Amino acid sequence: MRYSGFRLIKEALTGHRGWGPAWRDPEPQPEYDYVIIGGGGHGLATAYYLAKEYKKSRIAVLEKGWIGGGNVGRNTTIVRSNYLLDGNVPFYEFSLKLWEGLEQDLNYNAMMSQRGIINLMHSDAQRDAYIRRGNAMILNGADSELLSQKQVSDLYPFLNVKNARFPVMGGLLQARAGTARHDAVAWGYARGADQHGVDIIQNCEVTGFKIEDGKVLGVETSRGFIGAKKVGSCVAGSSSRVMGQADMRLPIESHVLQAFVSEGLKPVLPGVITFGAGHFYCSQSDKGGLVFGGNIDGYNTYAQRGNLPIVEDVIEEAIAMFPMLGRTRVLRMWGGEMDMSMDGSPIIDKTHIDGLYFNGGWCYGGFKATPASGFCYAHLLATDTPHKVATAFRLDRFETGHVIDEKGVGAQPNLH
Amino acid sequence: MIINHPILGPRDSAEFVYLGDATLLNRPDWQAKDAAAQFHNYVHIRDNPAGSHQELWYHEQGDRSWLVVTRDTLTHEITDVELASDVARASGASA
Repeated sequence: MRYSGFRLIKEALTGHRGWGPAWRDPEPQPEYDYVIIGGGGHGLATAYYLAKEYKKSRIAVLEKGWIGGGNVGRNTTIVRSNYLLDGNVPFYEFSLKLWEGLEQDLNYNAMMSQRGIINLMHSDAQRDAYIRRGNAMILNGADSELLSQKQVSDLYPFLNVKNARFPVMGGLLQARAGTARHDAVAWGYARGADQHGVDIIQNCEVTGFKIEDGKVLGVETSRGFIGAKKVGSCVAGSSSRVMGQADMRLPIESHVLQAFVSEGLKPVLPGVITFGAGHFYCSQSDKGGLVFGGNIDGYNTYAQRGNLPIVEDVIEEAIAMFPMLGRTRVLRMWGGEMDMSMDGSPIIDKTHIDGLYFNGGWCYGGFKATPASGFCYAHLLATDTPHKVATAFRLDRFETGHVIDEKGVGAQPNLH
Repeated sequence: MIINHPILGPRDSAEFVYLGDATLLNRPDWQAKDAAAQFHNYVHIRDNPAGSHQELWYHEQGDRSWLVVTRDTLTHEITDVELASDVARASGASA
């Protein structure tokens, strides 16, 4: 069924009895050509592009719980491509271009809102770093603009720009960045993949791989064995657990990132804004809640919940930046599992096992990458060659020294 | 989380800095034939288990000792805390 204004009027006049489920709930087939493990944003996008762009069929997405129940439903919804390094910017810019046409492509309202992101700067050195980053973005086809203190103040008049310790000296603006409705992204891709014949199988946990003579033959699941010519793992947060079933050890630690949402306020934040002297990012949802977050907790965990020291740290940053928020109440806070890789950048690559592919290591930047991650992973699965914007995301780059370390902190996952 | 320091007693985890898996105590032999491969594993590759995990914490805002903490990554329950120097000596590494 195609969604449209006419359809809405017709359904409104006929008691909304014509809406069907947005995707099927099929029984697993005994064998598929492509099995994607993980029904999150990236896994569903991979299946969608594999079917639509690469014209493949006999595709299944296996999900342990329900689709969109992991990080695609837990993030702070920010979409941007303001990176510095050559291995990253073309990929994220490709992703942002896909975001710009996503709703038309999927025929689904993902509430994509290009409201802009401003990274605030607080020192001369940071201005130099932002000028460099902005130039790198422009060279790679992304948009970027350096704002003065006055320009920032005009957009965000309540900012404490005269803070004695961290004065706001200006900001780096990416006007095409913004936010998208995270759940709708998962649902839109699920509906699109389903319409192209992909089987989305929920409540189906992968419990092992069948590997013979260095070639993958299928996966053992809680709903029985499913044969597959190619298997793609796409379970960031749990990558080490899933790939451990194929006896692989990864350059990844699992950490928790917390996120927060306040009670609904009248419109105060026109766009996304980040505090440059610490790590804090904030936007306002269409319902009025401020959606914000900061650093990861910093220790290995699979608990999907964090601890109070980071809560205190994030709230301190919020108040330093927006003193007016002092009486705002936090409504909800939650945690999600992050694949923290050893250089802070993701991995989309083959493995040493024939027919087994790996997508993970997204750190806490996976949401914005969803369309490009799916597109590039589909390209790899379909053609056995990396997509041209994802050639740097190799699994063996740590061994060969070709790391993509945006922050330059080395093999210390909790600092990325 | 509260870390029960072997010398100082129970301390708030916010006083500590986290480094990572305690296998970082076992630095490979730099003269071994496959030293490059061993160091790649040592620096980059992790077990990353869901469950019991031995890890290094540094008491930065305390006595600046390194600790080996045994903690469950599913529940955050800490079951054992030892001085890293004791662990290193017991494993035969030179302190």
